Amino acid sequence: MGNRSVVPYGPQHPVLPEPIHLDLVLEDEKVLAAIPSIGFIHRGLESLTSKKDFNEMVYVAERICGICSFMHGMGYCMAVEDIMNVEVPRRADYLRTIWAEMSRLHSHLLWLGLLADGFGFESLFMHSWRLREKILDMFEASTGGRVIFSVNTIGGVLKDMPADMLNDFVRQLNEMEKEIREMTDIFLTDYTVKSRLVDVGIITGEDAIRRGAVGPMMRASGINVDMRKNGYAAYNELDFEVITSNKCDSYARCEVRIGEIFQSIDIIRQCVAKIPDTEINTKVTGMPNGESFIRVEQPRGEAFYHVRANGTKFLDRFRVRTPTFANIPALTQTLQGCQYGDVPLLILTIDPCISCTER
Amino acid sequence: MGQFLPFTKQVIKNLFSEPATTQYPFVAREYPERTRGHVDINKDGCILCGMCMRSCPPGAITVDRAGKTWSINRFDCVQCGYCVEKCPKKCLSITPGYQEPGPEKFAYTVEVPYEPPKPAAKPAAPAQAASAE
Amino acid sequence: MQELKKDLYLIDKAELLTVIMEKKNALWRLCQICCSYPKAENHFEVTYSFANGQDIANYRLIAEREEEVPSISRVYKSAIFYENEMHELWGLHVENIKQDFHDKLYRIDVETPFLEKEGE
Repeated sequence: MGNRSVVPYGPQHPVLPEPIHLDLVLEDEKVLAAIPSIGFIHRGLESLTSKKDFNEMVYVAERICGICSFMHGMGYCMAVEDIMNVEVPRRADYLRTIWAEMSRLHSHLLWLGLLADGFGFESLFMHSWRLREKILDMFEASTGGRVIFSVNTIGGVLKDMPADMLNDFVRQLNEMEKEIREMTDIFLTDYTVKSRLVDVGIITGEDAIRRGAVGPMMRASGINVDMRKNGYAAYNELDFEVITSNKCDSYARCEVRIGEIFQSIDIIRQCVAKIPDTEINTKVTGMPNGESFIRVEQPRGEAFYHVRANGTKFLDRFRVRTPTFANIPALTQTLQGCQYGDVPLLILTIDPCISCTER
Repeated sequence: MGQFLPFTKQVIKNLFSEPATTQYPFVAREYPERTRGHVDINKDGCILCGMCMRSCPPGAITVDRAGKTWSINRFDCVQCGYCVEKCPKKCLSITPGYQEPGPEKFAYTVEVPYEPPKPAAKPAAPAQAASAE
Repeated sequence: MQELKKDLYLIDKAELLTVIMEKKNALWRLCQICCSYPKAENHFEVTYSFANGQDIANYRLIAEREEEVPSISRVYKSAIFYENEMHELWGLHVENIKQDFHDKLYRIDVETPFLEKEGE
């Protein structure tokens, strides 16, 4: 038996974009157990329901996270619309879908960059972030914000995208697709990348279910779970296949996310081709009363929204279970028995978003 | 395997292509017209109703009916645009151009030249009601 | 078991473990556990959500302020985090969690649980 020691890991660590703390129990270089603790950026956004009315909460929900901000706003609006029985106009559904897929695109490009940075491939990091920047510019041109879009409202969306803007986005995405393909081929074929990813952090499908993993983490273990197949927003009219992989390791997670990048581009193209010409929002009157459970597929996995309203303008409870929170048990599982040097990489493969987790 | 110096293509491309970044302080960034930079007010349209103040999520806007001023603390503003949406007279707008950073927070105040129609409005209302009867 | 609305069932404490075991054997995954304290009702409502593919089932347990609820962390390991979170932020007493963080899952420097403060 080797020497046992406990290494405090984080909250400040060069590879972590956001603060999470892990206590790693090591035996020589091998990790025996990992005990996470969170809360360094806990802001108590859920309890703001007692101070902000349900319309203002849209803007609070968006600020849960800087990367899936659009989807948080959308999930919250969908939950309230479900309670109030509001039918969202189709065009708004399509616009939401387009923005949601663009969010997925930029989130996955961001993640690829961070992963490359995590295993020390700096130039690949620069390239994926260069491509991501163009998507942020598209967001700014269409919504007015690069990170927080504030276009969701209960009953639809606030801003429309004219046809020439949509066509211009598709043209830009078509151009980018080649560049992205060039870059992701390096992730999938390069020897150095593979040697860091293949057979690292294996989690089997059954374990993933037992640990309640979600999103790409689950799909990389061969489980076909994608909330988009529930058909919220415009997804019921779109044609796409859930991307899964049976390899169960870090490489599989990378592969699934890369597959989703191209899938997102394809979904945006389909949306632009099919988008109907209707109103973009409906007038909503009255106060919500009742409760609703909504699941939305975010870039990181399934997010769960529970809204409970009591007929006043303040909600009783607004609960968000973010994908990273659900992936933490799976993370501790993959960390058990891994090498100390792989810890940063394994944390990155769940695509952690800590500000989401803590709300 | 099978590839000799696979990065040469990228190196040559990088050598002869423009940088992806701009020379920021020397070349100004151009914002698209939809950019939510700051909230602007058309003071002639404002009726000091206070809708913007009540709806502002971070509470950055203050409307003073007695002093006839509308003020915004741009450092608290989160540029969500909810006030613009709520404004009944559509005199608020959100335009490009971000607030410059400063050593301390301060409020930007506008004097609103709005005259509330006070004495004339009151007798008018019962008169209407009377005619309706 | 009583159906409150679509996919939402009210259960009592005695039923909880049977329901959970049933779900576990059918390979459902634990989606989340949500604790809430509606002001009008003055009791805790703990909602357990399970998902299997596109299906979802929510089970609600009602607990009084000082009542203890059984832990399901021995059946579903991922429940450890949700139960610790509920105990820490809401002050709900959960019996015998498999891995008790002793209110140190969230490292925040304000006093928890938050509910106590509201009652003052």
